[in-house]
Amino acid sequence: MSHLLLLPILLPLLAGALLLFPTPSLVFQRWVGGLTVFLLVIVSFLLLQEAASGDYQLYALGNWAPPFGIVLVLDRLAALMLALTAGLAFFCLLYACQGTDRLGANFHALFQFQLMGINGALLTGDLFNLFVFFEVLLIASYALILHGGSRARSRAGLHYVLINLVGSAIFILALALLYGLAGTLNMADLAQIVGQVSQEDRPLYLAAGFLLLLVFGIKAALLPLLFWLPRTYTAASAPVAALFAIMTKIGIYAILRVFWLVFGFGDDPLNESIWAWLWPLSLATLLLGGLGALGASSMRMLTAYLVILSVGILLASIALATQETLSAALFYLIHSTGLAAIFFLLADLVGRQRDQGYDRFYVHAGINHRWLMAGLFFIAAISMAGLPPLSGFISKLWLLQATTSHPQGLWLWAVLLAAGFLVLVALSRCGSGWFWRAPECEKHKKLNKRELGLVVVMISLSFLLSVKAQPVMDYLELTAQQLMQPENYIQAFPGREALLPRGHWQ
Amino acid sequence: MEALFAVTLGILTTSGVYLLLRGRTFSVILGLTLLSHAVNIFLFSMGRLQQGSPALIGFTDHPGDPLPQALVLTAIVIGFAMTAFTVVLALKAAVELRSDHVDGEDPNEDRL
Repeated sequence: MSHLLLLPILLPLLAGALLLFPTPSLVFQRWVGGLTVFLLVIVSFLLLQEAASGDYQLYALGNWAPPFGIVLVLDRLAALMLALTAGLAFFCLLYACQGTDRLGANFHALFQFQLMGINGALLTGDLFNLFVFFEVLLIASYALILHGGSRARSRAGLHYVLINLVGSAIFILALALLYGLAGTLNMADLAQIVGQVSQEDRPLYLAAGFLLLLVFGIKAALLPLLFWLPRTYTAASAPVAALFAIMTKIGIYAILRVFWLVFGFGDDPLNESIWAWLWPLSLATLLLGGLGALGASSMRMLTAYLVILSVGILLASIALATQETLSAALFYLIHSTGLAAIFFLLADLVGRQRDQGYDRFYVHAGINHRWLMAGLFFIAAISMAGLPPLSGFISKLWLLQATTSHPQGLWLWAVLLAAGFLVLVALSRCGSGWFWRAPECEKHKKLNKRELGLVVVMISLSFLLSVKAQPVMDYLELTAQQLMQPENYIQAFPGREALLPRGHWQ
Repeated sequence: MEALFAVTLGILTTSGVYLLLRGRTFSVILGLTLLSHAVNIFLFSMGRLQQGSPALIGFTDHPGDPLPQALVLTAIVIGFAMTAFTVVLALKAAVELRSDHVDGEDPNEDRL
């Protein structure tokens, strides 16, 4: 049992607690925050290596044996998501240190608690614990949305908080139902019981499953539950919105984890009915993302709809439930998270160089450093629209290729390509509105070199992802393979018989 | 006992959902509180409603299940903190937006 597994939760917890004390200066807070996130990057890469062997790593908290104690589980998928979160957080924090963190109190403490919640939700092997970590990440995100304070943020924050509170209530309801039926909330233990469900209990388990889908659908922004997202992401400050690019993916991760593992056993697995609902809903989400991008009036709004579009693509390929689509979806997940973050930061960077209107398209305004900004936007937009040679092209190509063998894959082809076209039009409109025949600048604005550098590095990482795609793809194929064999997850746990004397457990 | 529980839960949930769908933030928060009460009671009853069964192995044939109580305690604490946060947020929004409507403005006010 390696204690390394606990660090992604422990490090941000300790750093966040330290930062809550009345600290002398912002510089100190920046150093503590930056150092912690840097350590998290290192830890997550070590974990990535550890998980590469394909074994499940268990960590029993307080050494209480599962299924009674809470257990942390590391597999390839969790390690991948941890690394993605840490990398993204590193860039977002550095960007925030350029001035955003000065806009309100306790930014760095909240940022650490946000990371703690995300990492905990990724690692936990217990459903109630998942709920608790969801609450941790949510309460931090409520405060981060409001960071800086403005009318738009209060208004968007209210919607975001209220819908998520309803989601939490439903989450408890689903967990109560599952516990009342099965008597356990440990994922591996629950999976075994759900797999042997009797015919009369089946509808109850299905009800719990759909309640969970509702909760994760709110987090992931699935179609009827996504209308909080555009306003919230548009209102948040740039580094916060960039960090939130990972938040919808946590919802997708939870869907993947719970429905692939907990509801995935038995002769007639319950997740078949879940996939049957998820498939049309996610295609509709995808299309709505494309249409919303076309109708957006500012770049942040456009990016918010691109996040929705990526959720649609990811959930549709998960609902197809084959190993090929899954590994392609994971590649798309990395690509789309990174690019959404780049776009939110770019909107801020370019918006502040304009004379007026910030990132709105309909305001005709001069722009400083026009060629540089246009170049950056052009490269990022090419990757986002899925044109060669950047990572967007490879991920889309792989996804389309993976769905050819599937009978329903053609639907995904049609919707994905149609939405892709809409995105291309929306991005061209954005670029031409900003840069084409922009009037002379009236005020000279200084360009922050560090912010520019960060965005350039992030874009080059996207480039690197396309050049060095092969090793990443290999890892993702192994990840999908591991996910397709959930019985190994259960076998990694010591059995219940080994723990208790017979007869004291119903 | 079961019937009483079921009726209480039903009334709480109905009132909670009704209030949740109202336009003013105060009613919405009240609705959320009622809904989370209903959910907590539901979670509490998942250890089964039975008498004379202490949560100790060896005393009775059917020992009580202590876990739902621990779970419900966690859920109550979290729900309490969230409600406090929402009340403050609603006040902040009401002051900043000069309206206590959940959308920040009453859609019917302009038409009058």
